[in-house]
Amino acid sequence: MEFNRPDLKRITDYVWEIPKSYKEGMLVPARIYASSGLIGKLDDHVFDQITNVATLPGIQKYAFCMPDGHSGYGFPIGGMAAMDVNEGVISPGGIGFDINCGMRVIKTNLTIDDVQPRLIDLVNRLFEKVPSGIGRTGFVKADAAAFRRIIEEGAEWAVNQGFGWKDDLEVTELNGRAEGADNKTVSDKAVKRGKDQIGTLGSGNHYLEIQHVRPENIADEQLARKWGIFENQIIVMFHCGSRGFGHQVATDYLNLFLSVMESKYKIKILDRELASAPFNSKEGQDYYSAMKCAVNMAFANRQTIVHLVRETFSEIFGQDAEDLGMKQIYDVSHNRASLEKHKVDGETKELIVHRKGATAAYPPGHELLVNRYKDDGQPIIIGGSMETGSYLLAGVESGSQTFYTTAHGSGRTMSRTAAKQTWKGEQLQKDLQKRGIYIKTGSFAGLAEEAGGAYKDIDEVIDTAHQAGISKKVVKLVPIGNVKG
Amino acid sequence: MGYRFVDGVAIADVSFQADGETLEELFESCGKALTNSMVTRLESIDAEKEIKLEIESDNTEKLLYEFLDDLIFYKDAELMLFRKYEIKIDGNKLTATLGGEKINPQKHELIIDVKAVSWHMFRVEKKEKWEAFVILDV
Repeated sequence: MEFNRPDLKRITDYVWEIPKSYKEGMLVPARIYASSGLIGKLDDHVFDQITNVATLPGIQKYAFCMPDGHSGYGFPIGGMAAMDVNEGVISPGGIGFDINCGMRVIKTNLTIDDVQPRLIDLVNRLFEKVPSGIGRTGFVKADAAAFRRIIEEGAEWAVNQGFGWKDDLEVTELNGRAEGADNKTVSDKAVKRGKDQIGTLGSGNHYLEIQHVRPENIADEQLARKWGIFENQIIVMFHCGSRGFGHQVATDYLNLFLSVMESKYKIKILDRELASAPFNSKEGQDYYSAMKCAVNMAFANRQTIVHLVRETFSEIFGQDAEDLGMKQIYDVSHNRASLEKHKVDGETKELIVHRKGATAAYPPGHELLVNRYKDDGQPIIIGGSMETGSYLLAGVESGSQTFYTTAHGSGRTMSRTAAKQTWKGEQLQKDLQKRGIYIKTGSFAGLAEEAGGAYKDIDEVIDTAHQAGISKKVVKLVPIGNVKG
Repeated sequence: MGYRFVDGVAIADVSFQADGETLEELFESCGKALTNSMVTRLESIDAEKEIKLEIESDNTEKLLYEFLDDLIFYKDAELMLFRKYEIKIDGNKLTATLGGEKINPQKHELIIDVKAVSWHMFRVEKKEKWEAFVILDV
């Protein structure tokens, strides 16, 4: 399929614009955050998709694509759109099927020298303890009624069960619980799909990683020190979401919206994956509530996994998790819609901000920041590929240009099929082990699909986010061990 | 009847093209493609257990979407993968008996979990044969 590559207007070295005239129906221009290197390699579908987003009712200022952006469908991955709550829509396609897919980071007081001798045992044991891959269930036994309570309570439920610490909630977005999640807005089908999956990682690009803070990779010493990060420290990072439950919630509402959108609300869209309903409508509000149920499922899921990670470290190193200093740094979502106040042309408006593969990046003092980070700005967790490393960033005031939004990962550049043709899982695992990265996986085919070479250069993505002023670098973390889902 | 995976459409996801002489064959091809995106060899799945499906929908496209959505549902809710398909379609109504077994990582070489069926470019058409194009979110 051919798309016209648009004439891009260069706004700055890192910001590009596609004007409204590019496509009929665009209500705002599209803005893509990319260095000249990244924009050249951007796949053509992104231009089509981000300009489709620009046609959605109520969209404010621009349809945005972050530096890690790549084609998805409906919205591109890395897409962000903020809609006025009074005249705008909510679109499940702007949030993604994996609602509240996100990242969590736990620190330790262990150093590379402490962990290196036990690395293989540690990764193997994490692989056994934290279920990953297709068709795996978690240790939590919840019937449908119990699961319906969990999706209203989120991580709070898990902590009350003893899966984690009260302090974890203080350093989780929304304190681990999205308020206003009414379980009656989710289907029995969604509940049945998800109720046995609490405490499971999933597959694909979901992973659990042991990372090393190399001294040369600390970019902001002051913030790093304040967040408890030190040279040669070992950090744990993982990536997962709301599992089958969230996927079904998204599917259910996508189909509901498709059935009412044109007939009832006269909304016309350019791609069925952009199915939308007015935010202030019965259907829009029901989805917003159901989305929050999935947000809570993901919080409960990641909270339960933290518990398993701490148990595993405790077992391997023969010390309590408290003594190992395994406090949480943060938990952030990159697939969520959030009700936020922003200034638009001098006027404060309430917006429903859709982030699909994009992370909130609130500046110091922002009302949606948890208290712990009010002075620092939002910690942003960027999950890279298993080969190249990940980052922690912080939100900054100049991020108002993107409604305080930044990247979420490194962004794919190669299809899964092409990756499998380029690399073989077993060989890749051996090669990475020679380079000091020990990987345990249930799927060699899945491993090949996640090779570092299938992704953009994460350093270039992060430099772009930093230089464009939508977030700032704090530290780069490099993998030494990885459980791949 | 058959299917082939198509590259270069949604780079992080899986897309396939499928066909069949009849609508029933097309649905079977699509079911196999979906399962084959999760498991390398369909032959490794034994038809030990039967599941019966009944779906009524507004049109053929939606019927296929819901059929695939149900296969994804059974993968999570019952941990089932399917090998055998006996499908009957009458207008917009489908009845099917599916034979498969529970996921067993020791026996099934697993690839990637399918999260959902996408509506992006989703298509069912009668040309010489019945044809469909589907993107799966993984």
